[in-house]
Amino acid sequence: MDAFDVIGPVMIGPSSSHTAGAVRIGRLGRAILGEPPVRAEIFLHGSFARTYWGHGTDRALVAGLLGFDVDDERVREALDLAPAEGLEVSFGEKDLGDVHPNSVQLNLEGRSQTVSVVASSLGGGQVVIKKIDAFSVDMGCELPTLVATYPDRPGVIAAVAALLAGGGINIASMRVSREAAGRQALMVMETDQPVPPGLLTAMRSLPMMERVIAIDPV
Amino acid sequence: MTRYSFRNMAELLALAGNEGLSLAETVIRYQMEAEGKTRDEVRAKMAGRLKIMRSAAQKGLTEDVRSQSGLVGGGGKLLEEWRRSGRGLSGTVTGRAIAIATAVAEVNAAMGRIVAAPTAGSCGIIPGVLLSLEAEKGFMEEQLIDGLFTAAAVGMVAAKQASLSGAALGCQAECGVAAAMAAAAAVEMAGGSPEQAAGAAGVALQGLMGLVCDPVGGLVELPCVLRNATGAAHALAAADIILAGVPYYLPFDEVIAAMVEVGSSLPASLRETGTGGIAACPTARRLVAHLFSGEKDRQRIKD
Repeated sequence: MDAFDVIGPVMIGPSSSHTAGAVRIGRLGRAILGEPPVRAEIFLHGSFARTYWGHGTDRALVAGLLGFDVDDERVREALDLAPAEGLEVSFGEKDLGDVHPNSVQLNLEGRSQTVSVVASSLGGGQVVIKKIDAFSVDMGCELPTLVATYPDRPGVIAAVAALLAGGGINIASMRVSREAAGRQALMVMETDQPVPPGLLTAMRSLPMMERVIAIDPV
Repeated sequence: MTRYSFRNMAELLALAGNEGLSLAETVIRYQMEAEGKTRDEVRAKMAGRLKIMRSAAQKGLTEDVRSQSGLVGGGGKLLEEWRRSGRGLSGTVTGRAIAIATAVAEVNAAMGRIVAAPTAGSCGIIPGVLLSLEAEKGFMEEQLIDGLFTAAAVGMVAAKQASLSGAALGCQAECGVAAAMAAAAAVEMAGGSPEQAAGAAGVALQGLMGLVCDPVGGLVELPCVLRNATGAAHALAAADIILAGVPYYLPFDEVIAAMVEVGSSLPASLRETGTGGIAACPTARRLVAHLFSGEKDRQRIKD
């Protein structure tokens, strides 16, 4: 809590939860996909579904998917700008179950990857990623965050931790979940320092690693 | 060990008092310490926020901004024209303050760029008070930046002890706290002491104690935009009450505690659900029904 939290943030109105938070969710979706999305199916839940139109939640989500920041005046025109940016968007409503009222599911398709993300906007622009594909996560993305998928085998966590330690990167939190023993696993790590590109390349070339995504705080 | 940290107004006043500092200066030092930045860097960052407040005010005072729903917009421009006509009733500073506060809140509703202060829904009050004092009383840029740090001091104290969300504690925690921040800023800018600034914050907040959050259709438009205007006028009144020397006894921390108590006892219908208060008025309900009937104009998919 500091002076610029209460005289700030600088943002596009009208709502920190329904607009600024939605831009951040879009940006995180784009980061998790790891490339610019070309198609996005957006399913709004709860209060997002009821009041998206007057709050510009739809424009804000698309603005984030286009990589715009929360204070970019193009947020307002994001729906009109999307086609020129090569992004095709469709909207729907969906009951996402027991989640925060301001929640959304993004089904994203890029040139080489697809991903489905469920995220919630908690107020004041704060957001949390609740699901990536079939995996439940709890990512606030206030710190640099790494998401890795790999087959559930012994030694992967140790190898990743050793690489980070070697690079002088401190792990702030780590959470691992898996589909079932021996099946695909997903690791989410928050680090105190951003992970430099060289270290990411080294992680990606670990023998059992499938995907490694680095998400900068947005 | 941090030298300028504080948990509440009592600690902040003690910090300021020990070194003979204003609230603004204490928070500048806090911020330098927290970010490891120089005074110039910290002030430049706040100057950037002031600049965005100015451009939002300018836009709302001169352009016919409209919200997506069409429920609000153009009010700042009308108020500015009314003020210029010289026929306004509320005087030069207040007349300007309500025009600017409305203008900034309308720019927010119309998806323009604003500074949340402390929230987006209450973003007009602080610019309304500070920019009207600049225009009418000749305060300089550097004094306005100091004023924003005073406002930040009160906002930080409030945020440490209470939620600043209308959904949690009602509009008193948004427009009420914004008015408290603005009142304190006005007092320090006018040469008042830290104690007087805290007193003005208390007077402002107690005057809006219990204010409910009742947005029509759940949108940050009605009654939010005009609450920014009345909140700005209210803040100036609170500042004058303290500067005139009217005795005020309540510590700001106790007023905040009372606000939390009151906010927690508000029913859900009065905490940003769009179901009670102004949102429940028959005319408001009709407006919403009309709005949402014409909304489904985009291709929608079913899952």
